[in-house]
Amino acid sequence: MAWTQNVLRVNLSSGETVKEPLNMTWADSYLGQRGLASKYLAEEIDPAVDALSPDNKLIMVTGPLTGTMASTGGRYSVVTKSPLTGAIACSNSGGFIGAEIKMAGWDMIIFEGRADTPVYLYLENEHAELLPADELWGTSVWEADERLHQKHQDPLIRIACIGRAAEQGNLYAGIINDLHRAAGRSGVGTVMASKNLKALVCRGTRGVGNLKDPLRFLQAAEQGKRVLAENAVTGQGLPQYGTQVLMNVINEIGAMPTRNMQDVQFEGAHNISGEAMHEPRSSDGQPNLTTNAACFGCTIACGRISTVQKGHFTVENKPEYWGASGGLEYEAAWALGSDTGVDDLDALTYANFLCNEDGFDPISFGSTLAAAMELYEMGVLTQQDTDGVELKFGSAEAVTRAAELTARGEGFGKVLGLGSKRLCEKYGHPELSMTVKAQEFPAYDPRGIQGMGLAYATSNRGACHLRGYTVASEVLGIPEKTDPLATDGKAELVKAFQDATAAVDSSGLCVFTTFGWTLDDIAPQLDAACEGDWTTEKLLEVGERIWNLERDFNLKAGLTGKDDTLPKRLRKDAAKSGPAKGMVNELDNMLPRYYEIRGWTPQGELSAETRQRLNL
Amino acid sequence: MLRALNLEPQKCTGCLQCELACSYENEGVFNPARSRIKVFNFHDEGRFAPYTCTQCEQAWCLHACPVEAIVLNTATGAKEVLEDICVGCKVCTIACPFGTVNYNQDSGKVIKCDLCGGDPWCAKACPTGAISYVDLDNTGLDRMRAWAQQRPAGPASYNTPQSPTNPTDFTRQN
Repeated sequence: MAWTQNVLRVNLSSGETVKEPLNMTWADSYLGQRGLASKYLAEEIDPAVDALSPDNKLIMVTGPLTGTMASTGGRYSVVTKSPLTGAIACSNSGGFIGAEIKMAGWDMIIFEGRADTPVYLYLENEHAELLPADELWGTSVWEADERLHQKHQDPLIRIACIGRAAEQGNLYAGIINDLHRAAGRSGVGTVMASKNLKALVCRGTRGVGNLKDPLRFLQAAEQGKRVLAENAVTGQGLPQYGTQVLMNVINEIGAMPTRNMQDVQFEGAHNISGEAMHEPRSSDGQPNLTTNAACFGCTIACGRISTVQKGHFTVENKPEYWGASGGLEYEAAWALGSDTGVDDLDALTYANFLCNEDGFDPISFGSTLAAAMELYEMGVLTQQDTDGVELKFGSAEAVTRAAELTARGEGFGKVLGLGSKRLCEKYGHPELSMTVKAQEFPAYDPRGIQGMGLAYATSNRGACHLRGYTVASEVLGIPEKTDPLATDGKAELVKAFQDATAAVDSSGLCVFTTFGWTLDDIAPQLDAACEGDWTTEKLLEVGERIWNLERDFNLKAGLTGKDDTLPKRLRKDAAKSGPAKGMVNELDNMLPRYYEIRGWTPQGELSAETRQRLNL
Repeated sequence: MLRALNLEPQKCTGCLQCELACSYENEGVFNPARSRIKVFNFHDEGRFAPYTCTQCEQAWCLHACPVEAIVLNTATGAKEVLEDICVGCKVCTIACPFGTVNYNQDSGKVIKCDLCGGDPWCAKACPTGAISYVDLDNTGLDRMRAWAQQRPAGPASYNTPQSPTNPTDFTRQN
């Protein structure tokens, strides 16, 4: 059956916890995880609700393959309305907490209301209890994690937790699990803080079983693992260099957003690349990278575990940062480094540690800081605004100091916690905010990868690379190569990626498998595990339904087709170097066609026919 | 030929596929809490290590059991728990110096690695080769080969004896 068919509803206002059966009709239409929780959210809250009010809900959700032996089958998502974007938010995380929730016997946990005082949820199999967290409030994720392990005297509990950034109202705060995996984007941690919920502490010993056809499932999972092992990206590139395998590649093709997206290539890219993480440091002869690491059940193991050199200015006399911890992924390295013009690998690693320690999104933070740096260099911001920090592009001290302030929500860190859009508006230059729907861009400049411009503009959670990663096709040739500088056929490409990704995000599997897998590799695993007929065609239909459900939620929340756009800089200011030199993103060439094939009106609204076709 | 589980921590990524495979083979569910093999994460050092029963020749658990519920499987060399006879007294869990025999609250019996009757699922599931099932008398073979490979290149010669000057780095090559 793969689903546990159990939903835990936690009313934080009343303190009640109730077990409910999973709506299996919805599971058949929305699969699990992202899709299924989005359906629950859309049914249960008014999309126009204030994201930080008790009327918003926060759903932690697993997929049907979470906790199984399928490779990467350990994912979970957090679904809620975002305080950053006002749109639906779904942030996906690996690590081990997702599988632990499933092992405890739950498909999803719905948090509603708001606790009067700080609490955390202790979940041990069917036993669910809200416990006081007054003494944990004001602590970092790492400190809370240590204290909770001590308190419960159980080394095997898994913890998902918010840090001080979320408590201080940072609008892009995430929920960190297992110390350095994150449901990172769109401020899902901020919503958790607004509910006075500090952490989920979970221990599951029930296991995951009861699959539809266990033998066929094991065979399908085994076949899937073989494909991943034999694929050059998932079998070699990712384990060796992590997502950082992309740093030099994307810089070469001139799609590396640099200095708040003023440039498309970063002269220091190599110094902060996956290759550089392997190179012995001149200071101590050790590489930045200590080891690679896997999330639950993952046979790729792209995770980076890094160590900062003890004498580096960022950690000198701070032994608490001398141990190994979650290292730089490509997105963090880009946002903290290239976008701020900083190429000091250990400084970026330290800043990344802080993002994990206090739970804030390094993409949004780096991008917001980059906008502030541009304002500083224009003279709009001065040292009086920045607590004395010289916010110059290229300054490693500025990045690490800003990260320290943001982690605690102190002084200028509070302003940086507003995100790029609100910060730029506050200082009278909204045009400098590199965002879509108020969410900051990830690491692919859409002037050099045209399809990504459309993917960003139409993403249901604001600018995001994980909603439709056409980079795979446009740059890496997966599943087939398209011209990154052309707009022809990109509407179709973006739609195909968006729909397929929505299905993958609903399965319990990691989207990185799709460097090696197509839905044809995933469908047999789902079909053997889950009741019903799970073919590639059905997954695409489910994916399209999820996409339209999210769109519908956003329209009801007050967003319109006018929000499907890109900052002027990307549409009017040409790329200055590289293969895309002289080019802007030609969004207008792609968007009308996209609406048409989506079955939306020219204004970007769902047509009656589309609603009917998808049973919305 | 008897075989042994050969654990190479430097190859481990901490993915827990071995725990999933072990629990599925033994309990019919994916459940690391009931795995006979455990992966440990030494977080601050950036190290992972799988650990399980070494199948001691003179097995403390077997000798300690008051009802003779732990017996030798002569075909595999594994010390196996006979569930029907085990009374859940837990003396074996105390006797084992390595902690690899453990009690299971759900069944009221103890559980330990039995080499899956000679076809250990953990080894089959490990994606990096950190767990392999090799000739019991030659668990050092791969390490010997790695040292032997240090021999300088070129034709063999009787009169230029050389010893390895750069021992293999046994930290995992990423």
